[in-house]
Amino acid sequence: MQKDTRGITKRKIEETLVLNLLRLSGLISIITTIGIITILGVNSVPFFKEVGFTEFFTELKWTPLFVPQNFGVSPLVNGTFLVAFIAAGTALVFGLGSAFYLSEYASRSVRKIIKPLLEILAGIPTVVYGYFALTFVTPIIQVIFPQTIIFNALSAGIVMGIMIIPMVSTLSEDAMNAVPMSLREAAYGLGAKKYQVALRVVFPSAISGVVASFILAISRAIGETMIVSLAAGGKPALTLNPLDAIQTMTAYIVTVSQGETPQGSVEYNSIFAVGLLLFFLTLIMNLIGRFIVTKYAQNYE
Amino acid sequence: MKEKFFYILFLSAILIGIFSLVILFVDIISDGYKHLTWDFLTNYASRKAEKSGILAPLAGTLWLIVLTALFTIPIGVSTALYLEEFASDNLFNKIIKINVSNLAGVPSIIYGLLGLAFFTYTLALGKSLLAGALTMTLLVLPIVIIASQEAIRTIQPSLKDAAYALGATKWEVSKRVILPHSIGGIMSGIILAMSRALGETAPILIISSLVFITMVPSGPLDRFTILPLQIYTWASFPQDDFRAIASTGIIVLLLILIFMNSIAVYIRFKTQD
Repeated sequence: MQKDTRGITKRKIEETLVLNLLRLSGLISIITTIGIITILGVNSVPFFKEVGFTEFFTELKWTPLFVPQNFGVSPLVNGTFLVAFIAAGTALVFGLGSAFYLSEYASRSVRKIIKPLLEILAGIPTVVYGYFALTFVTPIIQVIFPQTIIFNALSAGIVMGIMIIPMVSTLSEDAMNAVPMSLREAAYGLGAKKYQVALRVVFPSAISGVVASFILAISRAIGETMIVSLAAGGKPALTLNPLDAIQTMTAYIVTVSQGETPQGSVEYNSIFAVGLLLFFLTLIMNLIGRFIVTKYAQNYE
Repeated sequence: MKEKFFYILFLSAILIGIFSLVILFVDIISDGYKHLTWDFLTNYASRKAEKSGILAPLAGTLWLIVLTALFTIPIGVSTALYLEEFASDNLFNKIIKINVSNLAGVPSIIYGLLGLAFFTYTLALGKSLLAGALTMTLLVLPIVIIASQEAIRTIQPSLKDAAYALGATKWEVSKRVILPHSIGGIMSGIILAMSRALGETAPILIISSLVFITMVPSGPLDRFTILPLQIYTWASFPQDDFRAIASTGIIVLLLILIFMNSIAVYIRFKTQD
């Protein structure tokens, strides 16, 4: 009897101990988020004290590594979004087409082979894509537009777009699969052809998922680092010409980090200010994208 | 007519994606296969392309992955177990859940900034392997957590119910029923996370800068370089010789990735039922 009671106490202690240990590991993920915001914020404060919000957001030049130093972030934001839109556009064209094929046309056995093949694209390290952009895609662009310099936004954008095809394809396909069969059958019953069903029934019903995948693709492209560092150049520029060299926010952070910048210098602090802006841009886009995904998911339930 | 046109349009969209993959592989293999020799694996980086090798980055990568796995596995699996089995549906636990999926969307370079400021400077770990591995751990944790959660969720409730009916506590059920039955899914999630860590360049570049390292790290506090970082360095040199050995480095990196993914596929195959 006594032995049994002791067993129960021991089990209770063990149970509480384990529960708290597990809860602690769950806490690590929250601490990480708080850590990111704190670190970015704390290190940005001296930067903004020295430079000021007005210069950061309204000045049109970004030349922190030269004299005179200018800290207007707009060229970096411009470069970032130029590449991101090329990438998201490329991914949308091919990803959406793939999603139509996988969801409306492919037989189950074809889908089983072709989908994992497409998804390999998402598993290749970004530095490999950077090499591919620089040594394979850029020379092709130079043949078509001979005046193009070696570093340009177009090459980086296209290759980054190829990398995120699987993401756009999967999200769009999920949205298309969520469209009830009865809608398709109703259209077929009225004599519609397959492409008409795909474009006029499935696509409009899945449009919110497609929009969400586009937003998430842009967010993914904004945060990408190695492709742009290798292929898009290191020259901050206010330009909409995809054949120009540009610098993205991520590539700027890399440029400063490559050298051993002393901790506490304005250059060191500037990467945290740029990082903070990058963090909020991607966070907002992820939240919007995810909000749309969950909203449409409830539509047909 | 139109029917055929759209079929071909959609099919070519997906085929162009797969075709790019093939071109990528062909391009890299044709650029780099010539340098893939035993010397390439056992030499240190050199000022001369033809004498350069990847011994230091290969050793650094191995160290980094082992350390990262050591930190990631216990924390990631515990978090998943907590969220799926122990947590009640209160606000705190909801915040953890939302937070994990948000962290998965944070750009990797941001983790590099976190690591630089916190591990390298605040904790004074310097540009060491340990600082790199801790940063990488935070980066891949969401992958392990989400994959483990999915694996745990696929367990038939009747198995757990049977154990609970016999009077087992949550921890006993976790230890004896949940973990043994979800180990396959958890393992392939861990390998997936490690392949991600293997290819990540940006956070390590932020922490360790670009350095010319000609030594194999002997402990977790040593400075290091990793394979993707060496590839980046060589690819950014203007000389064709160095670009060529960059692609040889890529071949090695991709071979390691293929090897790891085959293990994941094998485990999934073995533990399917």
